[in-house]
This record gives sequence, C-alpha cells and structure tokens, in this order.
Amino acid sequence: MHNTSCAIRPFWAPWFAGLALGAVLLLTFVITGHGLGATGFTTRFVAWLGLQVAPHATLANDYLGGMAEDGHPLSSWITWQVLGVVLGAGFAAWRAGRIRWQVDGERTLGSPRRLAMALGGGLLAGLGARISAGCTSGLGLSGAATLSLAGFVFLATFFAVGLIASRLVRGVK
Amino acid sequence: MFALPEVASGLLCGFLFGFVLENAGFGSPCKLTAQFRLTDWSVFKVMFTAIVFTAIGLTVLGEMGWSQASAVFVPPALLGAAALGGALVGAGFAIGGYCPGTSMVGAVSGRADALVFLLGLLVGTVVFASAFVSLEPLTFAGDYAGGDTLGDVFKASNWVIDAALFVAALAIFWVGGIFERNAGGAITAVEAVAGASPDSVK
Repeated sequence: MHNTSCAIRPFWAPWFAGLALGAVLLLTFVITGHGLGATGFTTRFVAWLGLQVAPHATLANDYLGGMAEDGHPLSSWITWQVLGVVLGAGFAAWRAGRIRWQVDGERTLGSPRRLAMALGGGLLAGLGARISAGCTSGLGLSGAATLSLAGFVFLATFFAVGLIASRLVRGVK
Repeated sequence: MFALPEVASGLLCGFLFGFVLENAGFGSPCKLTAQFRLTDWSVFKVMFTAIVFTAIGLTVLGEMGWSQASAVFVPPALLGAAALGGALVGAGFAIGGYCPGTSMVGAVSGRADALVFLLGLLVGTVVFASAFVSLEPLTFAGDYAGGDTLGDVFKASNWVIDAALFVAALAIFWVGGIFERNAGGAITAVEAVAGASPDSVK
C-alpha cells in the first residue's frame, strides 16, 4: 500500500498512442461518417438537466429548446460514445494501476485554489466549445483529420492562447 | 428510440477512444498542461500523429473508391467562431488543466479536480445558452468563402496536404524531443499518478 509505484504501468509511447488514436478515429469515420467528440454530450446533458429542473425555461431557450423538445435530449450517438469513453478510460487506468483518488494540483496550488481554477477553466472551455460548435476532440482532432480549415484554426488559437495563459497563470505543475 | 447499431458503434468507438487517451497519459492535468510549458510534447505528438494517420486513411479510402470518404462530416469554415472557441478552450485548458474530453478521463482515474472541471463545463454551457440571443452572431463569425478544407485554400490535392502534414509531424517529434531532453524527460506514469498532490514524492 505504501509503495504502489512498481505496480504502475508506463504510458504508451506518443507515436504508438498517436497511431492508435488515428486508427480509432478512422474507424469512427468509416462506421458513422463523423468523428469523435465530448461536448456534444455535455450540451445534451444540460438540456436534459434543464428539462428536469426548469422545463418551461429550457423549452423556451433558443439554444437548448430544439434539443429538448422531443423530450429525449440524451437519445443520441454521442451519449453512448461518452459512456464508452468513461468505460474505456476507466478500464485502461484500472488495468495499469493508474487510479488514485486525489485533487491533482493540490500540492502546488492548494486544494481550494486548484478546484476554483478547475471550475473556472471548465466554464471557459464550455463557453468556447459552444461558440465554435466543437471542442478539442470534435473540432480540433476530428475536424483537422478531415483537413478542415476550421479544425486547424481552432488548434492554432487553442495552442497559442494556451501557451500565453500558462505563462500568466500558475496552473497545475 | 435507440437503434442497436448506434448504441453499439457509440460504445465501441468511445471505449477505444477513452482506452487510448488514458494510455497516452491524457488523464493527468500535469502531463497535459506540460505541453504549454513545452516540457512534455505528448499532446502535440499524439494529436498530430492521429490527424496525419486519419487524413491519409481517408485519402486512401477515397482513392480506393469508398464513396463515403468524400461524404464524411467536414466542419464549415466559420473561422472567427473556430478561432474564438479555440482561444477560450485553450485558456480553459491552461487554467483548469483539462479539455472537455480529457476531463472525463481524469475523472474516472480518480481526480476530483476533473469532476469539478466537468461541472464548470456544464456551467459554461448554461451561460452560453442563457446569453444565446446575444452570442449567436459569434457562432457564425468569420465565414470563409474560399472553401472548407486546406486543399481548397492551397489549391492542392489531399495527397500534397497529407505529405506536408506528415513532414510537420516529423518536425514536431524532432523539436519536441529536444525540448523534452532539456526539461529532463516527459512526465512518467508514476509521476502522473502521484500527481501534484501533497503526499506525492518526486
């Protein structure tokens, strides 16, 4: 229990992980005609949550209303894909001894500050991904793989602002 | 309601996606944000390798006569919207330690901060939906009329674009390797699991 580090298996080499990710993405395109994503689900989840908490306001909302009007905003391919991500990542982490309950970043930032930054970072990412109709997976990775301009523009500003922001704000280290 | 093939294909593609992301080390906010500190280039390397692999794969399938290759979803060239969204997701990544997909990987490997990031993601979506009437023009911003793909802009075939991206990927591995050696090597699984938590020993 004190020294679990010898049970932790190493990460894959980046070239291998990259080829594997490319194979999964290509398989997804061949099966479904589109790529992989993440925020398609969280947006539908917000619509679903809205229906439970404030159905009138949700149905009246110009953005969420259309998704919620059939009563089943979660009834979508992306919901199953995200459930798959959770299962696949959980299986990989469990198999390699890489599950550990923690607030990652606590040591360098302190727990309250780290959690506040995680909340704020999530908020910015959630807002941004709705403006561009896609996140790092849906627009950056999947979009760029179809050689789309929007995908590469997304990646360019994503990395440029990330580089600058990580110099201005002390994040997880 | 749920056609079985859709459930099966969603679960299959998602499972493999999550399995690869975790094995790449992308559940760790230390490792992910080290890309922006230029001390660990795994994010660049993995993403670019995957993009090049899939792009070449789609080109080959198209040449082999798979008719659906030209019908895959290509996001429209709303370049202002893409630039602004990318900037906000990049800032959120540097500040919060994750992007939306990787926060799911972080959460299932036991990170409470990743769950809080996911909560922030939902809040950000509510903020967007609440302000949609005023934000909607941003989602159409910068519509580029010259085409949706790199091939359209550079008037080049997909093979030429694929080749250029392949060379760019090699350059990333070469430059990234130099930076990583100067920084004392990429973040290992042991370091990532220990995390930046109080009792971790580096």
